[in-house]
Amino acid sequence: MGRLKLITRGIIQENPTFVLVLGMCPTLGTTTSAINGMGMGLATTFVLILSNMVISLIAGLIPAKVRIPSYIVVIATLVTILQLLMQVFVPSLYETLGLFIPLIVVNCIVLGRAEAFANKNGVLDSACDGIGSGLGFTLALTSLGLVREILGSGSAFGWKFIEGDGILAFVLAPGAFIALGYLMVLYNKFVKSKIQ
Amino acid sequence: MAKASTFRNMVVCLFLICFVCSGLLAVVNALTEAPIAEANVAKINASIAAVVPTFDNEPSSEVFQVTVGSDAISVYPATLEGALVGYAVETFSNKGFGGRITLMVGFQPDGTVYNTSVVSHAETPGLGDKMDASKSNFSEQFKGIHPSTFRLAVKKDGGDIDAITASTITSRAFADAVSRAYEAFLLIENDSKEEM
Repeated sequence: MGRLKLITRGIIQENPTFVLVLGMCPTLGTTTSAINGMGMGLATTFVLILSNMVISLIAGLIPAKVRIPSYIVVIATLVTILQLLMQVFVPSLYETLGLFIPLIVVNCIVLGRAEAFANKNGVLDSACDGIGSGLGFTLALTSLGLVREILGSGSAFGWKFIEGDGILAFVLAPGAFIALGYLMVLYNKFVKSKIQ
Repeated sequence: MAKASTFRNMVVCLFLICFVCSGLLAVVNALTEAPIAEANVAKINASIAAVVPTFDNEPSSEVFQVTVGSDAISVYPATLEGALVGYAVETFSNKGFGGRITLMVGFQPDGTVYNTSVVSHAETPGLGDKMDASKSNFSEQFKGIHPSTFRLAVKKDGGDIDAITASTITSRAFADAVSRAYEAFLLIENDSKEEM
């Protein structure tokens, strides 16, 4: 499989959110606005690419029975580094995402890609796989955040185009489920059906 | 592919991974510690500057604690040419919709609220986050009030505050935090009278 194919596979055919339905906790929790969704997506992408690369390098040295704890330590280290860096460079985003940044450690997508792909493939292929899955996740979170922001607060990427309040339910938890459900329907109808 | 697991290689492998990861984290932590602390101080300084009249001292180095109920509240005195121009009180409320909110409330020496600013919060974007001065003019109504003549409660509860539409809980928490700050101010005032 070509490297470009690896990237597009993560974005379209195996989109972590719309197709694999993994990592729902941050998906529902952080997408109150397009910017927040994008920030969470990019933070996860950073961890995914690096964890895939590190794990593909060390997979051959790790005894099979302790591979999961080893991967988790690697992922947790990367997340902690990310957390520290975010506090320095993007403190406001760090504050908004708050608890969801440390929770990247237990995001199924990260460990899932390590188990399903990175420990059987080379470094560059694994990096491409991480980029693909990460971008797929980022796109899904950004679009979900955008839909919720437009409907819920009448703005897009912080730019307000309707005065007053939107449909309040969409910035609250129920709106996350409703918007995600409809986005999945649309995705299946227009994207997934075409590629199969 | 992964090696066969023996007791010895499992222990060695986990030890090495943890050792390398903790070393890496120690390095990143050492590099980011100072910038993070700096960013936090800068943030506190910015919110102090926003809530008290012009000053020429360094309030963050003259901070002292006041105990209100069972909580310690930080107070930053602001002086201009040695004369007191106001106190910035870092107050909080646990009654927010998304948990604790932290505010900086500035008092003039006579107890009039000079201004307020939000330090941190986890309120709903598009609703409760309107308490932030950059999002709506809700906090404007606190400018220039004196808590002894202004009832710090939302109109629904018989007070004088216009609540944020659909965010009564956040507005109540804001009022709660401001009245806690006023209690702290009264304690400082009493203390300084005793000294005189």
